[in-house]
Amino acid sequence: MPMTDSWQTAEIPGPKKASLIIKPDIADALISRAKRPIMVVGHGIIEYEVEGKPLIDCLIALSRKAKIPIVVSASTNKEFLSREFEPAAIMSAVEISSRLTDPEWKGLDGKESYDLAIFVGLPYSMEWTILSGLKHFAPGVKTMTFDCVYHPNASWSFPNSTIKDWAANLKGIVQNLED
Amino acid sequence: MSRKSVNFTIKEINSDLAQFRDLNITIGSITRERWEEPMGPTPYPSLTTLRSWDQRLLSRYKPFYMPFCDLCCLCTYGKCDLTGTKKGACGISMPAQQSRTVLIAACIGAATHISHSRDLLNHVIATSGRDCPINVGGTSVEVEAPITRLVCGVKPETLGDLEPVLDYCENQVTQLLAVTHTGQEGNHLDFESKVFHAGMIDHVGMEVADIAQVSALGFPKADPESPLCELGLGTVDTKKPVILVIGHNVPPATEIIDYLKENNLFSDIEVTGICCTALDITRYSPRAKIVGPISWQLRYIRSGVPDVIVIDEQCVRTDTLTEAAKIHAPLIATSEKNCLGLPDMTDDTAEAIVAAFASGNVPGALILDPEKVGEVAVRVAQAVAPKRKKHGNLPTKHQLAEWAKKCTQCMLCRRACPNDLPLAQAIRLAVSGNLTGLDELYDDCLGCGRCESACKQKIPIHSLIVAAADKKTKEETYCLRSGRGPIQDLEIRKVGGPIVLGEIPGIVAFVGCAHYPKGSREVAEMCMEFARRRYIVCTSGCSAMSAGMYRDEEGKTAYERYSGAFEAGGIVNVGSCVANSHIAGAAIKIASIFAKRPLRGNYEEIADYVYNRVGAVGVAWGAMSQKAAAIAAGFWRLGIPVVVGPHGTKYRRMLLGRADKDADWFVYDARTGEKVYGGPVPEHLFFAAETKEEAMVMVAKLTMRPNDTSRGRANKLANYIDLHKRLVGGIPQDVYRLVRTHADIPLTMKDEILLHLSEHDWKESPIPDPTLLPRLVHQRKGD
Repeated sequence: MPMTDSWQTAEIPGPKKASLIIKPDIADALISRAKRPIMVVGHGIIEYEVEGKPLIDCLIALSRKAKIPIVVSASTNKEFLSREFEPAAIMSAVEISSRLTDPEWKGLDGKESYDLAIFVGLPYSMEWTILSGLKHFAPGVKTMTFDCVYHPNASWSFPNSTIKDWAANLKGIVQNLED
Repeated sequence: MSRKSVNFTIKEINSDLAQFRDLNITIGSITRERWEEPMGPTPYPSLTTLRSWDQRLLSRYKPFYMPFCDLCCLCTYGKCDLTGTKKGACGISMPAQQSRTVLIAACIGAATHISHSRDLLNHVIATSGRDCPINVGGTSVEVEAPITRLVCGVKPETLGDLEPVLDYCENQVTQLLAVTHTGQEGNHLDFESKVFHAGMIDHVGMEVADIAQVSALGFPKADPESPLCELGLGTVDTKKPVILVIGHNVPPATEIIDYLKENNLFSDIEVTGICCTALDITRYSPRAKIVGPISWQLRYIRSGVPDVIVIDEQCVRTDTLTEAAKIHAPLIATSEKNCLGLPDMTDDTAEAIVAAFASGNVPGALILDPEKVGEVAVRVAQAVAPKRKKHGNLPTKHQLAEWAKKCTQCMLCRRACPNDLPLAQAIRLAVSGNLTGLDELYDDCLGCGRCESACKQKIPIHSLIVAAADKKTKEETYCLRSGRGPIQDLEIRKVGGPIVLGEIPGIVAFVGCAHYPKGSREVAEMCMEFARRRYIVCTSGCSAMSAGMYRDEEGKTAYERYSGAFEAGGIVNVGSCVANSHIAGAAIKIASIFAKRPLRGNYEEIADYVYNRVGAVGVAWGAMSQKAAAIAAGFWRLGIPVVVGPHGTKYRRMLLGRADKDADWFVYDARTGEKVYGGPVPEHLFFAAETKEEAMVMVAKLTMRPNDTSRGRANKLANYIDLHKRLVGGIPQDVYRLVRTHADIPLTMKDEILLHLSEHDWKESPIPDPTLLPRLVHQRKGD
């Protein structure tokens, strides 16, 4: 399938579409360049594995290495707690995203606005619309998705990928951060 | 109240001044008024009458727009790219364009209900007379039309009294639609205010429709013990000729029942329904059966069980004629709004129409006379059933595997599926005869058929799912308490105090369509959970059906387990879409009957009361339609929050409060006139939840109101915290924002909450007598 078509075929946005993360280095560069990244995690992460390990473990590793606070939606919190990882906040996807559109919001810790928001694991159409909201109304926030499908409304997205390729990319991102 | 236009014609008159011939004079109307309550400030409000109230709400609940399309293509200037801060050729910005689109959706929804209401009213006036009294509950319901009284300032007594109310609704929807024309409104908050107006008008239209049909068609009248009726595919007796009715406007279906009764045929023929016509036909005759919500259309038709299909209006699949033809079932269209290209046979004799259908040469016809539909549908069912022999369109197990072998695993089916279901994987399993994957998809499938349209191999994927789930379909044997209509005034008096004081933790209404992320079961589970927790649970429309399509550990459905009374722990099915008005009506009646606030043309004060004191929340878990958008907007203007499922973000915007901004949550204390902090309650007005668990926790939180007594707040907090612990894990991070005094703390959770409060530098704050309206402070000083 084409790498840069919306995963849900009919969900075609407009002229401004996401750039592709075709190798882990791109994502790492974006993360390294960001002053204040944040990650928003939906319940869909529970169903995926990265090379035999649950995706959630990969995200926790990424969070710890890159010092990215994680915001979880309601249903996902228990999974993190069971791994002795305390998310920065439990907030719904629409709440955290709405706050990201407020240039005066100083983040969960009250210090500074976020400049990179990474999304993963929300239902496709919900993430699609939320990323659209950020594309239009959060000019100071770059967005990136770690889903294995193309999200045109993000600033940066993986292409539509096989699970194997996508997992290798995610693993690569975490490994690069180690280095 | 009665308003009648006076017309008279003078054939010829001669005087010194002039000579007239064929003079026709109309003197507006004569109003016969019997309602002694003084008129409030805003009868028949125009587009801007309640603008300042809307602005108060919108200053708290700022829209978070999520454009579903970056372009505007509504005029020949376009397409215009509105990305970011770009403007269209007409000057419109993205926020304005999004709110404009929301307004268009709300207008479509309101127009649809109002048009339905007009058709229904015309029908019942034709059959029962303009002077037929409005009676929706006898002496149990004296406030028969709370929304109409509130908005229009009139008290309808007869069916004829409802006509000018609909005149007003039609006028307002026309005005609202005009607002969306190029070069009209340009400010997004003014568009949003008009969305609220459309919603309020929609609720008036819905109320008119339902009180007209309850009064004239003999539906249950505010009856908490309305009959239980059968629900589910497995309830249909397939040995009999079967009629299927689909839609919302019930008169053709009631005429079918009448014909069956008059001809003593009721036990010989099955009358089954899908969507709201199904709900309303069981209010007319509990012997009719409900097959399921809107998403059951394809699966039921393709099963071949229906022998004749009668459609009216709204939410009817537009390819029903094609699907009906595949199973050789004649289709009768009955609405001017849904003609499907069929020949108009309204003026043909019943004999001729039946003969034409029986010949097999006529796939369908338009018949705009409900009475004739009644006779024709029955006779056609009798005539074609022996010939059709339940000819279906579902594959056998062998055919299923053969179809599966054609699959190339291109994934286009999954990419077309609104719920992103793993269709290709399930089909791959079916190649070897393993149907478990397809069978599992049955529960989550929306029945939209987009997978089939996308498939390049022309595999009938939806049919494969239904065929694989054959056992499940046969076991769909549930029940539903037929729509009771309004809430009794006495019930309101009983629960008004406990609700306003918070002892009943809230009213949770499960309403709307069946575009669920994970099937009907989640609605049933949520209903039963809140009923167990002693909330008052209301249901309507397709959600009312879904609420009944699940059995608990003792094998009971929600309607068998819980009472149908408007009381703590009740599950109250009010009826079809238009019966949603009774849920809003109940909130209004709490303000007017329990709290004795003036009702007549007094929208702001009543909405202010509901918003600050009545802990009601709507849940449209599968909201899909423009009507759902309008219904939600009507609740928003009353200050009632609405939670939708994840697909709800496609409505293009949320209305979200900011609990972290204390300045947003000040209210006037009506006792002193001081502006005081009332707390972030209810936190949001329109919220999309990602999962059932997130929705349940949010619902519990959104029932809180600034007026809660400490006992009430403690009860609401206990439910919120308990649900959070169970479904999310741990104590909620925002409890310190919701506890106002030590007395608010639930006793059983005292230690952990005190610890939490100490971590957040919490201080006590007074409980106000809250209002957003300064004028109410002055009014109450003399009390």
